[in-house]
Amino acid sequence: MKQLKTNNVMLHTLVRIVSFVVLAFSIYLFFAGHNNPGGGFIGGLMTAAAFVLLYLSFNMKTLKKALPFNFDLLIGGGLLIAFLTGVTSMLFGFPFLTQFFEYVQIPFMGEVELTTALPFDLGVYLVVLGAALTIILTIAEDDK
Amino acid sequence: MNNLVILPVLIPFFTGALLILFSKKQRIQKIISSISSFVILAVAIYLAVYVYQNGITVLEVGDWPAPFGIVLVADMFANIMVILSAIVGVVCLFFTFQTISPKREKYYFYPFYFFLLTGVNGAFLTGDLFNLFVFFEVMLIASYVLIVHGGTKYQLRESFKYVIINVFSSMLFLVAVAYIYSITGTLNMAHLSERVAELEQAGALNVVAVLFFIVFAIKGALFPLYFWLPRSYYGPPAAIAALFGGLLTKVGVYAIIRTFTLIFYHDAGFTHKGIITAIAGFTMLLGVLGAVSQFNFKRILSYHIISQVGYMVMGLGVYTTLAVAGAIYYIVHHIIVKSALFLFAGATEKITGTNDLKQMGGLLKTHPYLAWMFFITALSLAGIPPLSGFFSKFPIILSSFQEEQYVIGGVALLVGLLTLLSMMKIFSYVFWGKQKHTEEQAKYPAGKLLLPIVPLVALTIILGLAAEPIFSYSLMAAEQIMDPTHYIDSVLKE
Repeated sequence: MKQLKTNNVMLHTLVRIVSFVVLAFSIYLFFAGHNNPGGGFIGGLMTAAAFVLLYLSFNMKTLKKALPFNFDLLIGGGLLIAFLTGVTSMLFGFPFLTQFFEYVQIPFMGEVELTTALPFDLGVYLVVLGAALTIILTIAEDDK
Repeated sequence: MNNLVILPVLIPFFTGALLILFSKKQRIQKIISSISSFVILAVAIYLAVYVYQNGITVLEVGDWPAPFGIVLVADMFANIMVILSAIVGVVCLFFTFQTISPKREKYYFYPFYFFLLTGVNGAFLTGDLFNLFVFFEVMLIASYVLIVHGGTKYQLRESFKYVIINVFSSMLFLVAVAYIYSITGTLNMAHLSERVAELEQAGALNVVAVLFFIVFAIKGALFPLYFWLPRSYYGPPAAIAALFGGLLTKVGVYAIIRTFTLIFYHDAGFTHKGIITAIAGFTMLLGVLGAVSQFNFKRILSYHIISQVGYMVMGLGVYTTLAVAGAIYYIVHHIIVKSALFLFAGATEKITGTNDLKQMGGLLKTHPYLAWMFFITALSLAGIPPLSGFFSKFPIILSSFQEEQYVIGGVALLVGLLTLLSMMKIFSYVFWGKQKHTEEQAKYPAGKLLLPIVPLVALTIILGLAAEPIFSYSLMAAEQIMDPTHYIDSVLKE
């Protein structure tokens, strides 16, 4: 069946705003992780949800234009980041995946907790984002 | 604390992640994966030497102390398994280079190959029941991909069943883990062993023990839950079938031996001598009968996996140090020989283009090296001295008679005879008789195909001729796992 090219103004206008809110919230969730509810996994899923929303209201071509890279690289890169975070503690003679954290004063932001769990979470985030997008968009491409 | 323990898990994981980035560049993939597979082997051997010298080595991941955090434990038994998985990993990888089609190669074959090794090594080294579940899942998800990889019609149909049965058993695994956690309040295996000992494995714990046995029996293809194995192992290419046939079911057997020597060993009369021995007997007998009735190279081998798994579990069922040592030696022998046989099946398929025994013949004349190497391996599987098969069956059957379990001992002897029969059937159909393949096929050079198999055949001869040191090593490993206090003391440091 040939897809009808619809110009759904309501959807387009809404998605343009909503996807930004979803993206912002996903980043909040990502940084909230490891002490509060949130983290790399749920953040990644939320980001993927924002992109899928874009795909639904526009089309594949627009989405590929917005994200001009291969999603497989996200999975591989994410796994490597998570892996390297774990290995870093091994290099300093601690067991694999030992976590370190420090409270630092950063101008304008006040006291911030910096932990090595964050890069690990970033790895998880990228893997989840890459995997979710690959799965959903592969199935979507089959539709044509 | 020693980070060495986690390296056999980390290196394949790193390799797998790296290979995703190079998924379209086959040359780089081959170079990276072959280097990495040898590094894994070297690390595994180094770890074994280290554990041999320093005793059981423990790593508390993330520096969280033992019953609370995740631990990885390398004892001698786990170490033997890690070395074996590394050997099979190298061999099957090089056989893959020879046989796989470029179309399959491009679609993430190598990354999943290494993720599979990650899961297998993790399952061997973990000291935590929930992490055993996690590593089982890592291994299974990679195996789902590899078994359907290439996507022929037959593969799709059979791997669907494979996925269903494994998802079901994983759910059962999770339920069993939840039960034991609600009873004992811990999942660390050493801690579990202590607490189950305090409760004397009474009441519901026996039910949980049997539930774990069922879960691992599905993964390890024991009677009556083996029906999925022969069909699903028939589908994928030979290198993958060899990896699966050699390694995957043995992870289930490893988990059975680990849980039933470390945790659930208090009611041996009921679990070991009753259930496990009876099931081992049926598994051996029905597996070998299935093999005798088949006329397809790969299917015969798949049925033999089942009957051989029966021997290993029988070693646990008899439950003496000698029998468990025999079971460990049997696993070593089996992984090597079975992988080799599957690779032979792949080699003959590559030459003649078929797996049907009735359409093959006369390979002895055109490919003599292939034929005689197969002959050695087949005799080894059947248990003819001085090859490794004999020295693995001997202690198991001997100790079953010492323990006055004559029925199971007799069954084991009978199954040995039937194994010989079906191996000779393959030899006489495939290698003897009239040449049924074309002249063009007869000129196919088998050298490159044989090269990866040579180390395995050499190993089965060495395992047989040098049985004394290797058997005493597995006897030490058996003594270590038969006395759980070693394991508990080194994990909980009391």
